[in-house]
Parts: sequence; C-alpha cells; structure tokens
Amino acid sequence: MLYFALRRFLSALLVMFSISVLVFLIFFATPGVDPAARIAGRNADPATLAQVRHSFGLDRPLPVRYLLMMRHLLIDRDLESFVNRGSKVVPQIVQAMPVTLSLVIGAAVIWMTVGILMGTAAAALRGTAADPVIMLVGVVGVSLPAYWLGEVVNLLTQKRLHDSVFSWVPPPGYVELGQDPGQWALHLLFPWLTLALLYAGIYARLLRGEVVSALNEDYVRTARAKGLSERRILVRHALRCSLIPIVSLFGLDFGALVGGAALLTEVVFGLPGVGKLTFDALQNLDLPVIMGTVLYAAFFVVLANALVDILYARLDPRARHA
Amino acid sequence: MPEPSQPLLDVRDLRISFRTRTGAVTAVDGLSFSVAPGEILGVVGESGSGKSVSMLAVLRLLTNPNVTVTGEVLFRGRDLLTLPDKEMRSVRGREISMVFQDPMTALTPVYTVGWQIAEQIRAHEKMSKKEALARAVGLLSDVGIPDAGSRVNAYPHEFSGGMRQRAVIAMALACGPALLIADEPTTALDVTIQAQILDLMRELNARGSAVVIITHDMGVVSEVADRVLVMYGGRAAEEGPRRAVFHGPRHPYTWGLLDSVPRVGGPRLSRLPTIAGVPVSPESVPEGCAFAPRCPARHDRCDERPFLSGESEHRDACWLPAGERESARAAAHSAPGALNRRAAP
Amino acid sequence: MTTDPRPRTDDPGVLLRATDVTKHYALRGDSLTRRRKVLRAVDGVSLEVRGGETLGIVGESGCGKSTLGRCLVRLTDITGGRVEFDGQDITTLSARRLRPVRPGMQLVFQDPQASLNPRRRAGDIVAEPLLIHRYGDSAAVRRRVAELFDVVGLSAAHLDRYPHEFSGGQRQRIGIARALATSPKLIVADEPVSALDVSIQAQVLNLFADLQDEFGLTYVFIAHDLGVVRHVSDRIAVMYLGEIVELADTETLYGAPAHPYTEALMSAVPEIDDGTGDPQAPRRERIVLTGDVPDPVARPAGCAFHTRCPYARELCAVERPRLAVTPSGRAVACHYPLVAAG
Repeated sequence: MLYFALRRFLSALLVMFSISVLVFLIFFATPGVDPAARIAGRNADPATLAQVRHSFGLDRPLPVRYLLMMRHLLIDRDLESFVNRGSKVVPQIVQAMPVTLSLVIGAAVIWMTVGILMGTAAAALRGTAADPVIMLVGVVGVSLPAYWLGEVVNLLTQKRLHDSVFSWVPPPGYVELGQDPGQWALHLLFPWLTLALLYAGIYARLLRGEVVSALNEDYVRTARAKGLSERRILVRHALRCSLIPIVSLFGLDFGALVGGAALLTEVVFGLPGVGKLTFDALQNLDLPVIMGTVLYAAFFVVLANALVDILYARLDPRARHA
Repeated sequence: MPEPSQPLLDVRDLRISFRTRTGAVTAVDGLSFSVAPGEILGVVGESGSGKSVSMLAVLRLLTNPNVTVTGEVLFRGRDLLTLPDKEMRSVRGREISMVFQDPMTALTPVYTVGWQIAEQIRAHEKMSKKEALARAVGLLSDVGIPDAGSRVNAYPHEFSGGMRQRAVIAMALACGPALLIADEPTTALDVTIQAQILDLMRELNARGSAVVIITHDMGVVSEVADRVLVMYGGRAAEEGPRRAVFHGPRHPYTWGLLDSVPRVGGPRLSRLPTIAGVPVSPESVPEGCAFAPRCPARHDRCDERPFLSGESEHRDACWLPAGERESARAAAHSAPGALNRRAAP
Repeated sequence: MTTDPRPRTDDPGVLLRATDVTKHYALRGDSLTRRRKVLRAVDGVSLEVRGGETLGIVGESGCGKSTLGRCLVRLTDITGGRVEFDGQDITTLSARRLRPVRPGMQLVFQDPQASLNPRRRAGDIVAEPLLIHRYGDSAAVRRRVAELFDVVGLSAAHLDRYPHEFSGGQRQRIGIARALATSPKLIVADEPVSALDVSIQAQVLNLFADLQDEFGLTYVFIAHDLGVVRHVSDRIAVMYLGEIVELADTETLYGAPAHPYTEALMSAVPEIDDGTGDPQAPRRERIVLTGDVPDPVARPAGCAFHTRCPYARELCAVERPRLAVTPSGRAVACHYPLVAAG
C-alpha cells in the first residue's frame, strides 16, 4: 500500500512537471505571442516594452523563467496574473474551487443515479418497447451540448417563462454553501441538471451494454439455475459486475470536471469556478493563470486516477492481488 | 435397477426452435426420455446434437426471446414448462440443480465462494447468513475441498479449475436436489481432475440424487452412467441400459462414436474408423433420418424419419433390419479404404 | 561450438535434438518485496526425435508441453540448453539466420479458428508461407496451393472461401496445408485435434497418418488425450511441471508405466467397456490423485510429483530424481520406479 502510494505520488509529480513544461513551451514557442506586448497594452513604445519585459522577468532565459514561475506559483504562492495586475493566481484558484466542486459533485450524484437507473432498466427491459425509448432519452441527453442547453435553460427560466413557471429561479450566479444552503442549492439546480443530463445519457448507454453482456455470462445462468429471483440476478449479479468499468470511467470524468472541464456550464451559468477562470485566462492568454489552472487540473486528474485504482480493487477482488 | 414405472423426470416430445433471420431452426425435434429416481443417465452426442439445449430447456433456462419450447417436461408429475415463474424458481436449485461445463466462468467473480453457496441456500430455506455460511463450509468439505473453513472466504479466481468445479457442485448439492443435471462437467478439466469429479458424481448419486450427465466422451458415459441416450441432430438415435448400448450398439452413429475413439487399452489400429462428413447443423437436418447423409449403411427407407423403437428398454431410431446390423457394422468400419480422406468433407 | 554451419550430430537418424532445454518466464514481482518470481515453464528437457517417427508429448494443462513445442521450433527464445535441428544448432540463430531453417519445421496449432486470419481466403492463407519463402511465380504458387488442398482432402472450390465458412475439421485441414506448404521435415502439432468433435478427430488423425506415410514426415505430437497420443506416437514423453518424468516407446509405456505419475494419468482415463476386453482380466484399478498440480512458480523441492505421489518416500521430498536413460531406451525420473529399469 505504502509502495503503491509512493509510486503514485512520484508519477503524479512527473505528470505535472511534464504538463507544466509543455504548457510553458507552447506558450512561449508560439509565434506572435508576446506577453510583454499584451501587458504593456496596445501601441506601447519599445522602451515601455523593454521595461515590462524586465519587470516580469521576460528577458531572462527560458529555463530560468520557468523555474521562477514555478517558484512563485508553488513555493511563494504569490504568482501574479499578467493581465490583471496585482491579482494573485493561487488565491484565485482557491476561491474558485468550492464553486466547481459544488457544481460537479451535485451533478455527479444526479447523473450516476439517473444513469444507473436508466441503464439497468433498459437492460432489464431489452426486447420490449421500453428499452429503445429509454435509450432514445439517453441519446437526446448526449447530443445536447452544455452551452446550447444552458442557454436554452437560461432563456426559459430567466426570460420567457420567468414571470410564470420559473419565477422562483434566482438570477445566474453563485451563493456560498456556508452562507445560505437553500440559496446555494437553488442557484445550482439548473447547472446541475444541465451538466448531469449529458453524462446521464452516456452512462446509461454504457451501463446498458455492460449489463446486457453480463446477463449473457455463465455466472448469470448459474444464478438463474440456483433459483434466484430475476430482480436479484439483475441487481446482485449482473449490475454488480457491470459497475466495475463504470466506476473507473466515473473517476476519470469526475477528475476532469473538477479540474475544469465543466467550463462551458460554468460560463453559461455565470458560475465563478475553475473552468470560468481557465476560460478567461485562455482568452487573455494569461500564462500565470493558465499555468496555475492546468497544474490544478492535472493534479485532480491524477488524484482521480489513483482513487479509481483503489476503488477498482475494492469492487473487483481479481484486481487485488494482481 | 430403479423402477421404470415411476420416472422422476419424464420429457415427452420436446421441441425447441430458434427464430432466426433466415427462418425457424429446429434444434431439438421430438425428443422423449425419462430419468428414474436415483439413476445416472448419460447423454452423448457431438456439437449440434441438441444435448445441452434440451437440458437447459428442462430447467427453462433458455431466456432468449426467440426460442420456442413445446412438449412436456414432467418432473414428479408436474409439467415444468407450464409452471408459474415463482414455482419454477423453487424447483431450480432446490429440486433440480445444474452444473455447467466451464467452472472458470460459472461463478460470479465479485463474491466469495461461501457467499454464493449461502445465497443459494437462503433462496430456498429460511436461515440466517451465518448458518448458511456454516453449511457452506460443510458442503465444501463434503466435495473434498481441503481447509474448507478458510476456503469458504476465497474468491473464485483464487481457486483452480478443479476446485471451482467442486465448489459449483457443492452449491448444486446445497439443498439436496433429487436431480442433478451436469453439462459436460469435466470437459474443461485435466484427466486426473476429471477422475476426481466423476468420483464425486458417483458419490452424490449414491446418496440418492439422480444425475443426468451430458458429455461427448463415451469413456465418461461408460464409467458412470446406468443408462445412455445417444443424440444426433436434435433427435434421439439410441437409448438403453449402458451395458446393452456399449456391448451391442445398434445405431450406426453409435458404432461410429465407439469405434472412432482412440483407446488407451486394446489393440492399436493403424487407421481409425471414421464417420464421414461433419455433424449435421440444426439448419440443415434432413427430412428423413438425420444421420443418413453420413451413414455407411443407408438405404432407401432412410428418406423416411425413424423414431425410437424396440421391444426392450434398449431402443434405437434406425431402419436397418435387426439381422443386418452386425454385418453392416463390420463392413462399415473394417474397410480402411472405404472412408478415404479425399472423400471426407 | 564449431563454426561449421552444418555440424553432423553423432546419430545421423536424429532430426531434432533438445539438450537440457529450459524456458523461464520472469513474472512481475510482489509489489511490496519486489522479489521477482520465475515461472519455470520448461525445466531441463532433453529429448531426441528421429527422422520419420512420431514423438508424443503428453501431460496436463500447465505442464509446459506447449511451451516445449514452441522452443523446439524456436518460435520462442529459450532460456537455456540447446536445440539442434537437422544437424544444425538453432539455439541462438538470429531471426535472419533462422529464415532458411524455418521451412523445414512447421507448427500446427490447436485452435484452427484462432490461428487462421479471418479476413483472408483459405487459398491465400496456405499461399502465405510460399510467398514468404519465395517459392516461385504466382502461377507456381497457385498450382502448389491447389495441390496442397488436394493433399489434405479439400477441394479447389474451397480456395476462395473464408475461414468462418469452414467447419472445425476443415479449418484444421487448412492449418495442416499451410504447415505442409514449405515441404517441412518436421511438424510440431500442438493439440491439433482437441477442439474437434469426436467423429472429426478420427478423420484428422488419419490424415496425419497418411501424410506421414506419403511424405516421410516427422511429428512431435503434443496432446493431453492419452488415447490420441497412444494412437499416433512411436515414442512418448510424459511431462509434469516442466520436466519429462518418463520417456519410452508407446507399447512399453502403456504396457507398464514406470513413473507413478504416468500410472496415475493412465488409470484416470475413463475407459470404454464395450465387452470386447478380456472379461477375465481384473478391472484396472483407478489411482485418483489428490489435490491439484502445484503452482509452477513454487515447484516443490525434490521430486516435483512427490506432493501427490501415492508412493512417495522421504528421499522424494529431498532429492530431485534425474531422468535416467536405460540401454533399452526407456527413461524414468523417479527414485522408486514401478518397473525395474532395463
């Protein structure tokens, strides 16, 4: 276990190092990108540019620049944004994190519940008319992009139907959980549903396939020959074994979303999460913020991977000793 | 000899067909057989003979919606095919148990062996989990698993193939079934392990369970069965007491099965007698005798379908006059050039 | 070692000679201790195959018989020992140097379904080795393939069909035709009939016999079925946990097995009682071995079989018996053989 944790930790460091170098190189090696010009503003004269370069350390050699940036980001934690002077990257991320976590955890609960119910039901009802209907609902969920769906939801809840059905829907934005739990949930309700709809569809389809193939396994035939009820066969045998691949996928999706992949949903609903932060930084080519959010995202993806491995061993005894 | 008048299982005119894209395919066509209490029936045949599918049909384990099963499966006088689902469930695992070919995939990988045996017991008897697990330990040690007290907590992948098959058999025996159906229970196992499992089958038969053992191995049937049913192309070819069938096989297909197997003892032949052609597939069973296209002794009458017939318990489905059988067998399997390899497929 | 590319072995009749062949696989070690485990799949096997004979190799799953087969034709690199084929040491030949040797030794696999490319026509599958070894122009290749199809009992109509259109027995015939394409001297057949129906098995076994007569082939025939091995083999090697425990000619071995494992293996085979046997003869006593074959990663000390042997004595747990060859050619690796060696 200790060995496992240590190995994981080292590989996480390696991954994060490689990603940071890659981001750094892409940024500076891209022609036409001169951070100094952006910082100094439009039509700055050469002298100002040189001065900006010097004060931001942009005239130092690349490796030195990289090390400086890492030191400010990770050790001193006072790395400043190129664009918004004086705003520090680390506190910005720390502030955005609870927003993203609130969004993703809530959505995950919804999509896992709905996805498992839909997928299992469709598998159990295969051969009947209900199966394709359930799967069609799933396809609709998958094929609605979050930004479009979010806009439609906003349009309906904030404008068209705001005076009638959706009068209780608060304006877009975020309320902290500690401040008012009721408002927190109310503000996140539609973002949750929007994000969950997409994943619920994917998970339902995937799980249906897994359960259907599990139902054709020899052990299900054994279970039936034992005289178990169909419900027990479905839940305790077929579904239980089908969850193994689903859980590992869930870990990866969850890690990616917490890391910032919920960006579109955050942007559409005006949630100041990590995704939104990344989005803004990308638009402004604000390297320090990009670097910070990318490393943060990599951290979560790696962490999620490790958790998936641990969970996998919990779920599948065959993986425990191998 | 068990009393033939009171069969435990009496299958009458079983017909199983699959709906496919190209039409209905009849996998089993008018099969009738019975199993007396306490006897071991050996069902032999090659792939496509319908031996496995008919036993699955007996327990109504053919869940494919494209399957149609007709006929009667009388178990202790009740027709299992028309039994309500709930009653059928209480037959499965309690009165009739089934053991399948591949022990590697027959157990759910995520639960311990003991859990799965306890689940079986608790499906049919009111009992606490603890009591059921204690009984599982007893069952595992009954089937010869050493150190059953700790092995009960092992997962299937921690068992070898032979051990798994023992565990599956322990599970099948959990509720003391009157009938055990074993579908190729030793095919996936090594010979030394096969010998152990066959011993186990005999032992549980001695304790009172009737056994149907499905196999392609004539040796296995010869060693364990009281009676033999030879199947070909979804139909019965020959049926009778083991000794009668093995010492005086009547159907040309049975001759082929017996003569084409290289033996461990007896004279060594330079060439093996063969059965020409390939086993008939359910899609192309002929109108008349299913075996006719491969039969070395076919004649005009074979265009008409033969049914099991005979005065004694030893019956066969072949038109050949009784007096001509002996000479036909000798002619078919002693002429080495008769079934030339170039004419084979 | 001599630099002569074709040194003659002492006995000109020997086509294939394996000397102390071992094949070890390193398994991933325990994640805590990092100790590497070694799977001794083949552990010090020596044997000779004479031209024109059939050597059977029999044993239960995991005994290393398939791995040995692959070692013999250098389909896998061997860890230790030496393999000589047709007078040439092929143990360490590079892939390039091995190329001219390959046509002489071919392998037939167990599962005809898995060993034939499903996307290629039967004729192309058989033609492939001919093209690889530059048999001749396309007309010559086509003629040769048609000839091979005829030899194995397939018709010209089968040339353009895909593997899934054939029955199991026919697919095995294609596999055999492919192996015959380069006119090999030696064919190593790994469980070639165990996936086939009983009635088809006999057809394929007869084909093997006919081909041997026709082309003077030498076979190494690997199987778990003792009846099949007895039928095809002139001599038989019995393997257990990567070692040969007994090697003798077929009549001797089946007449009176000298190794307790051979005896147990034979007694375990279910016998067909069709009334033709001598009714006076006492019924063969069955020796049912207890337990499973030990994990080859943790081979028992002393004799590998002592944990299951009904006759094991103290010495068996301590000292490993060597395969001792007697003048009569019979070899047994047992401290207390059942038949006096002679």
